[in-house]
Amino acid sequence: MRTVGGIVIAALLISASVVLATEIPLPERRSGFSFMGSATQAMQNDDTSNPGMLWVLDGETLWNSKAGAASKACADCHNDARSSMKGVAAHYPAFDNSLGRPVNLEQRINRCRTTHQQATPLAYESKELLALTAFVARQSVGMPVMTEADPRLGPFVDKGRELYMQRQGQLNLGCTNCHDDNWDKRLAGSPITQGHPTGYPLYRLEWQSLGSLQRRLRACITGIRAQPYIYGAPELVELELYLMSRARGMPIETPGVRP
Amino acid sequence: MPSALINVPARAKRGDVIEIKTLMSHIMETGYRHTASGENVPRDILTSFSCRYNGVEIFRADLFPAIAANPFISFYTVASQSGKFEFEWIGDKGFSETASASITVE
Repeated sequence: MRTVGGIVIAALLISASVVLATEIPLPERRSGFSFMGSATQAMQNDDTSNPGMLWVLDGETLWNSKAGAASKACADCHNDARSSMKGVAAHYPAFDNSLGRPVNLEQRINRCRTTHQQATPLAYESKELLALTAFVARQSVGMPVMTEADPRLGPFVDKGRELYMQRQGQLNLGCTNCHDDNWDKRLAGSPITQGHPTGYPLYRLEWQSLGSLQRRLRACITGIRAQPYIYGAPELVELELYLMSRARGMPIETPGVRP
Repeated sequence: MPSALINVPARAKRGDVIEIKTLMSHIMETGYRHTASGENVPRDILTSFSCRYNGVEIFRADLFPAIAANPFISFYTVASQSGKFEFEWIGDKGFSETASASITVE
């Protein structure tokens, strides 16, 4: 009888550990914003104290400056970003017809540069690319994340989800082990958070700069002592896509501020 | 391309205490860091900030290497008359930037 009880308990423990790795129920989803102290929240909320707004300002200048052999500015085709780019960032990463796979906002900007402006693509994490991305994403502030509305993205979301669940690195951790199972706890004194990428590109006080979601993902992957994917790798875009689909309906905060 | 964000109330009543907020883009490189190959990264910081209200200096600050990138400086003054606030940031490597904002005092 005792062994039967032991087996039942063991079975319960196994099923409990399986149950743990599940998605966060919709009403319990929280932006990283809600995990921050009031001083950092105030910094994000005030457009004069939010350092990310410096990049948005630079992005507006770049939007209106001519570039490349075609000598065209973004504004020459897209006009006023306040109306033409409204809600755009809420749909990214989006499916690109010519490539047959999703591209993120940085890649879209660079594709526009190379094909329409005939200019050299901007380097990942360069001040210019971050500024343009922040400026475009800022036009969607407060709008709900709509990524995944396109049915062609389905298989890529699934791939991203697989990577999110995959244990890897010397610490043998998957994203889910922290951000789904332990988001209400702390790691080295800092809240773990649920990992909803609603404020990117965002200003991290630790970076003393604006940075992209891919920079954040690469830092996390290095943290679990795995080999990070290079900037722009399809794996990172799929992971971005899954994270955005996981945050669907949550408001865009760009440019966010995080500790 | 240095850029600054300034927040001064557009209107105020005479005698009101008003808050002025400024944010300047700057890397504030301390001079204490080294590259991977061991070379010193030279210091590049803002060293001074000042604000003049209709030509009269009302606020001045010296900045040092321990101050974070993109310094945010906020202070208070009494709105005495309509006019202009002029801001100036001075730093290493010949850095010099100015900005201004107007106020209407009723």
